[in-house]
Amino acid sequence: MKDMSEGYVTADGRKIGGVLMEMKNITLRFGGVVAIKDISFDIREGEIRAIIGPNGAGKSSMLNVISGFYIPSEGEVFYKGSKRPQMRPYQVAQQGIARTFQNIALFEGMTVLDNIMTGRLTNMKSNLFQQALWYGKANEEEMANREKVERVIDFLEIQSIRKTPVGRLPYGLKKRVELARALAAEPSLLLLDEPMAGMNVEEKEDMSRFILDVNDEFGTTIALIEHDMGVVMDLSDRVVVMDYGKKIGDGTPDEVRNNQDVIDAYLGVAHD
Amino acid sequence: MTEGAEGLRSIPALLHRNATRFAKASAYREKEFGIWQSWTWAETEKQIEALALGLLNLGVNEGDFVAIIGRNRPYLYWSMVAAQSVGAIPVPLYQDAVAEEMEYVLSHCGARFVIVADQEQVDKVIEVQEHLHQFEHLIYLDPRGLRKYDHTRLHQYSHVQDQGRAAYDEFIPELKRRREKLGYDDTCVMLYTSGTTGKPKGVVLSNRNIIETAKASSEFDHLKPNDEVLAYLPMAWVGDFIFSIGQAYWTGFCVNCPESAETMMTDLKEIAPSYYFAPPRVFETQLTSIMIRMEDAGPFKKRMFHYFMKHAKEVGPRILDGKPVGFGERLKYALGELMVYGPLKNTLGFSKVRVGYTAGEAIGPEIFSFYRSLGINLKQLYGQTEAGVFITQQPDGEVRADTVGVPSPGVEVRIDDSGEVFYRSPGVFVEYYKNPESTASTKDAEGWVATGDAGFFEPDTGHLRIIDRAKDVGKMADGSMFAPKYVENKLKFYPNILEAVVFGNERDKCTAFINIDLSAVGNWAERNNISYASYQELAGHPKVLEMIQNHVEETNASVAQDEMLSGCQIHRFLVLHKELDADDGELTRTRKVRRKIIGEKFEDLVNALYDGSDSVYTETEVTYEDGRKGKIKATLSIRDAKVLPVAPKSMAAE
Repeated sequence: MKDMSEGYVTADGRKIGGVLMEMKNITLRFGGVVAIKDISFDIREGEIRAIIGPNGAGKSSMLNVISGFYIPSEGEVFYKGSKRPQMRPYQVAQQGIARTFQNIALFEGMTVLDNIMTGRLTNMKSNLFQQALWYGKANEEEMANREKVERVIDFLEIQSIRKTPVGRLPYGLKKRVELARALAAEPSLLLLDEPMAGMNVEEKEDMSRFILDVNDEFGTTIALIEHDMGVVMDLSDRVVVMDYGKKIGDGTPDEVRNNQDVIDAYLGVAHD
Repeated sequence: MTEGAEGLRSIPALLHRNATRFAKASAYREKEFGIWQSWTWAETEKQIEALALGLLNLGVNEGDFVAIIGRNRPYLYWSMVAAQSVGAIPVPLYQDAVAEEMEYVLSHCGARFVIVADQEQVDKVIEVQEHLHQFEHLIYLDPRGLRKYDHTRLHQYSHVQDQGRAAYDEFIPELKRRREKLGYDDTCVMLYTSGTTGKPKGVVLSNRNIIETAKASSEFDHLKPNDEVLAYLPMAWVGDFIFSIGQAYWTGFCVNCPESAETMMTDLKEIAPSYYFAPPRVFETQLTSIMIRMEDAGPFKKRMFHYFMKHAKEVGPRILDGKPVGFGERLKYALGELMVYGPLKNTLGFSKVRVGYTAGEAIGPEIFSFYRSLGINLKQLYGQTEAGVFITQQPDGEVRADTVGVPSPGVEVRIDDSGEVFYRSPGVFVEYYKNPESTASTKDAEGWVATGDAGFFEPDTGHLRIIDRAKDVGKMADGSMFAPKYVENKLKFYPNILEAVVFGNERDKCTAFINIDLSAVGNWAERNNISYASYQELAGHPKVLEMIQNHVEETNASVAQDEMLSGCQIHRFLVLHKELDADDGELTRTRKVRRKIIGEKFEDLVNALYDGSDSVYTETEVTYEDGRKGKIKATLSIRDAKVLPVAPKSMAAE
């Protein structure tokens, strides 16, 4: 693998910066089960980084480590150059990390707009009392946040469902609303857990376009887990491949595609 | 020069008048980021001027064609006027056209500049640009996704404006010179007809055509500067040009643009236009959705709705036409207005509609009277691109479902011996661009234009009635008249039937293809516990076929009553396995049936309709939205419909 300590330039001319997050020798155990075994890799500013692997490879666990939800049993996580201490989820959000979930986690009874507004919560300084009475800065703050949210709505082309309760939406649109909520937080690192699971071809194409546009327009660094190999190879700049909790490959889509271990993991290999 | 209405000879001249006279009144509104943004006439003039200067900076010459592609947005309307200001000719294109269709139009007019809305349109133009020899610069509105594109010939709209503003001193004398030079007979716009047959033709309309038409029609309906319209119909369509530019600039009313195509209904409700236009299809869809929602409403609401709607049907149209209505009936209508009509109109966005028009296709009498009974002044007009829209229209108080009204002010109409309708007016187009043969065959030396429609004036009222396309009107094998559209329209009035194609020219009997309406039939299936997985499965369901058969037989009964056309009853029909689509070339972009192409494409099905078989196996090529092609296979069953005996009258007609 070529040396990339100073960042690199992708085939389509995007400049990728230095290391945003680095995982060093991460191991994660649940009792006797070892979900992740001694994995190291980094995520660079401005890139689309994919984590792939067969079922049960430990991808979602890895994403949960990145998001700070799981505390690794061994190893260290560096974020923006410094070692990350143990944190509560809201502190992670304040650090500029946002995510979507494999199983949609939206407030079903609330409208799309309100759901996306919740993505702005960490940016609100007024307290419950002020918000309830529209007292002090609450009014101004609400307007500023609403404008940010409207830009996301416009970006993801969901104007027509702005006032629709999420529970009434089809699956593909719910996924888009989840992405909208994550984007509303204006993250510097966006984590997507299987953004295209269960979608049809057209919805996948739309979502791919949105992911590329987010990266292009806002310069957001994106780490994603995905099963659809075609999508991963098209979208991402670099790919980490996991199998049984271990890292078996890391590099550009082309490098990974020609890696014998990866081919074996995906196509199966005779054990003798 | 004193030529021109009030000395105003071009759209830029009208703009200047409005910017002075209505400086602080809203000219355009568009919903963006959830809020209605607005621009006054004075601001609009500034915006247009900046863009015009920017176009000069890019080297637009007088007489150049500037193609404009995108959904209705103020910026794109400004592009048209900016192009006119620098002496160029705007050519709006249908935004949903595929790249090859665009290639034909762009190379036919030789557009040097193209102004588009977004990345989707940029991609299409780039795809075909190597075949376009005159094409030079592409300007886009929404920069999203375009950052990485090669920008040597690609410019962002706002940057073009910025450069225009920066070079103000350099270019303003030239802009003024060109703007003032615009004459009444200079080209105002070129619009491509959708072309039910063959390639699209570029209809050249002069400033005279547009301004005279706008003036006459605005006066006819007493349009006022405080009127509001919602601009949501394709910008490439002549109607939108007349309403959103011609009449808007003449009268000075405000043009509102929806946030996106999907939010149209919400935006309509928020704006509540006072002057509204929609093709029958839109009214049909709305009515279908109201009826579906009423089916799901509680029993009390349902009863109230039906009770008051029954009353509205009786007295609503009479009140609207200013005919005498008893006090008790008026009181009950007022109560209905409070309980049902008012809230319903509000939901539909029709609370303030003073003048509403429908045209393009025949509208079902049921649908038409539904809206009129609510107190919405919905009228019909008959028009063509070549006429600058208006040929005939219905005056207030003389509105009926089956006629298209009296000749519009300034329009002369005559019917020739074969029954074809001809007209002559100041709005009549100059020519078809680069097509003198078609121009000559459509417009004669005295300025009479053939509409291609067969029709007649009703002797009692002087209203025009259109029967069918003149070239579609044929003869059955026994010599009786065959008017497919007449029958198709009757079929399409059933909410369950989206589209119908009737065959029978020079045959001994009529047959038909039917397209079901997925939303109406789907809802019906849901309520009747009929499960289906796809359009194709639903279309082939025996119960659906039975329902359609009932519709066909009812239609036959109604056709049989018309002496002239009783031979057009449908003997056999089938329900198509796919929806007819413009992407497959079966419909025009304005969604009119291309009879000949359908007949050729589904030849096997037509043959099966006439050879007496019960079912037929077929494979059809379809084009997906992204341009890929696929095949669908189906076995369709063919049904016989009951027909009523036709009185032998061919002898009497001799």
